Amino acid sequence: MIGASFGATEAVLLIPLCAASVLAFLPGYRPAARLNVAAAFLTLLAALSLLLGAHPAPGHYLIVDDLNVVFIALNTLVGFTTSIFSASYVGHELETGRLTPAYLRFYHAMYQILMFAMNLALVANNIGLMWVAIEIATMTTVMMVGIYRTHEALEAAWKYFILGSVGIALALFGTILVYVAAQPVIGEGLDAMVWTELVGHAASFDPALLNVAFVFLLLGYGTKVGLAPLHAWLPDAHAEGPTPISAVLSGLLLNVALYAVLRFKVLMTANAVAVAPGPLMVTLGLVSLVFAAFMLYRRRDIKRMFAYSSIEHMGIIVFAFGMGGPLANFAGLLHMTMHSLTKSGIFFAVGHIAQVKGTQRISEIGGLTETHPLLGWSLVLGVVAIAGLPPMGIFMSEFLVVSSTFARSPLLAVPLVFGLLIAFGALLLRLNGLAFGEPRGGTASVKASYVPLFAHLALVFAAGIYLPPQLVVWFQHVSSLLG
Amino acid sequence: MDHLDFDISHLLAGSLVLLSFVLLYQDRLYALLNVYALHALALALSVGWQAYIQDAPHLYVTAAIALGFKAIAIPMVLRRIVERLGIHREIETAVGIGLTMLAGIALVALSMVVMLRVTGKANPIAREDLALALAVVLLGLLIMVTRRNAVGQVVGFMSLENGLVLAATGAKGMPLVVEISVAFSILIAFIVIGIFLFRIRERFDTVDVQALDQFRGERR
Repeated sequence: MIGASFGATEAVLLIPLCAASVLAFLPGYRPAARLNVAAAFLTLLAALSLLLGAHPAPGHYLIVDDLNVVFIALNTLVGFTTSIFSASYVGHELETGRLTPAYLRFYHAMYQILMFAMNLALVANNIGLMWVAIEIATMTTVMMVGIYRTHEALEAAWKYFILGSVGIALALFGTILVYVAAQPVIGEGLDAMVWTELVGHAASFDPALLNVAFVFLLLGYGTKVGLAPLHAWLPDAHAEGPTPISAVLSGLLLNVALYAVLRFKVLMTANAVAVAPGPLMVTLGLVSLVFAAFMLYRRRDIKRMFAYSSIEHMGIIVFAFGMGGPLANFAGLLHMTMHSLTKSGIFFAVGHIAQVKGTQRISEIGGLTETHPLLGWSLVLGVVAIAGLPPMGIFMSEFLVVSSTFARSPLLAVPLVFGLLIAFGALLLRLNGLAFGEPRGGTASVKASYVPLFAHLALVFAAGIYLPPQLVVWFQHVSSLLG
Repeated sequence: MDHLDFDISHLLAGSLVLLSFVLLYQDRLYALLNVYALHALALALSVGWQAYIQDAPHLYVTAAIALGFKAIAIPMVLRRIVERLGIHREIETAVGIGLTMLAGIALVALSMVVMLRVTGKANPIAREDLALALAVVLLGLLIMVTRRNAVGQVVGFMSLENGLVLAATGAKGMPLVVEISVAFSILIAFIVIGIFLFRIRERFDTVDVQALDQFRGERR
């Protein structure tokens, strides 16, 4: 059993890597898209075997434990469904000439490298390795965001590159400081960067040094999570890149950066004297939530709007994890899962909408439920879910966040509920114009595969109605690990 | 002997901070690139000295990378890019030089206060190195925010990364993983930068980042 799941850890990394090297040279769009889907599916299978199998003993570089297996499963699942969506999406882009076959080869290879980098960041047991993986993920997404080579895409990629690099640089400085704090206790060398060793000895680290390190790590990885005021790259990167990349960015990469923050939060809480990381995260989360909620009103670009909605939801999630405790952590984990599924689902819908309407401007899209009933109603369902209306899963997780906040510090609940309501209003206002009323924009028929979109919405709906007890027990266990 | 070790590493790291200040007030691209080459040279010497006193041969590799790649190759290539693309040779700054320098001094003071206070228990060489490295990192950030053109920002970013390398080598016995990763990241960064500069030039008449701002989706 141990042997099997150890193989699975490596498979999660090696499958995307091999696929990337083949895809880089594979001509023709159809076989490439199929191989992309197949590789994503195999990675998902490997991740599921990790989920079900026993965890191998952590090594110096790789680890699989109950915390990261949640993220790996979610990551590979959304990676798989997005690859299906991507197949129909890029076909259309190829027909309209926005992408050339050479760029498409590059795109598919990059997609798999991104999957590899994200999985590596999740299974890394070494804070240096984790940093390298997140850096690779950032660089691949920078390239993908700029792939259309329009003015806007280049500007977005440049901004993302600069801000992402600064964030990454700050995170590296924080990583070095953690090593400096660990070195007198654990000794020189590799052990002082191994995650499991660090947590084991954290109690005797110099607390002042850990405090400074955490500030750098929170700001650095927080930039990648998209927390305000470090979020400036996020809307541009979402709006200008190919839509499958928007889905992966929102649904997965933000989570991976969040996972890094959570790892270091656990490290901080293991040291009793160091400053509690909770209040910092609560503040950043609330600022992001309220800021993004107001920004939602002024959006004219549909993808940009949902990018701000991602900032809002990452704010809620960071807030929940900052509150800490079993209930808030549970709510944060659930919200993260639901947000990943819903937001990538919405981006699938938005991608097809932008293709049939030939524009991303909200003012030029209207009456979708009349012109494209299936697409329009899926968007309605997705926005209803993301706005936090019952019976969808996000309603439940938001309800848990709010109620656990009311129980522990009612004053914090006021800005939280305020932000949620503001965002709710903005989303429904925009949805009204997009989905109902007089039809505007193109009426071309959709050549889309609805399977990933419906699968995501169905999962979110099902989670809102009924959470399997196994899942609840599992999430509760993970919440207790987070402290 | 120990005292001399400390003094030399202090001198080298301090000269890196000084060169960061020199980068801060350059208003010509070529001069900026020259100072950057000097910056990287100071880094190479500093890392080499650390390798010697820590008796850590792998650090010589890092020093060699700093010397060959950052001090020689990158400035040369950037110079060629500037020439070939006919980029405007003057750097537009967002804030006046005087104000920038004052901000720089404040940042150095800040990093000293923060780092020296929290690293009381660490080895004195690592301690000084970390404080000076943080100053270099913050000055690099300042260069990035006060420059309007892309090459200036890139140089700011690279000086920031020099600060990170200084910090990583100052932390005694830090595993090789990080040295490789830093070199690796610079490589990736440079590929990206190269592609981007090229593409930006292809699409715009300027490498002035402010010109890019006009094309933002929402201002149409």
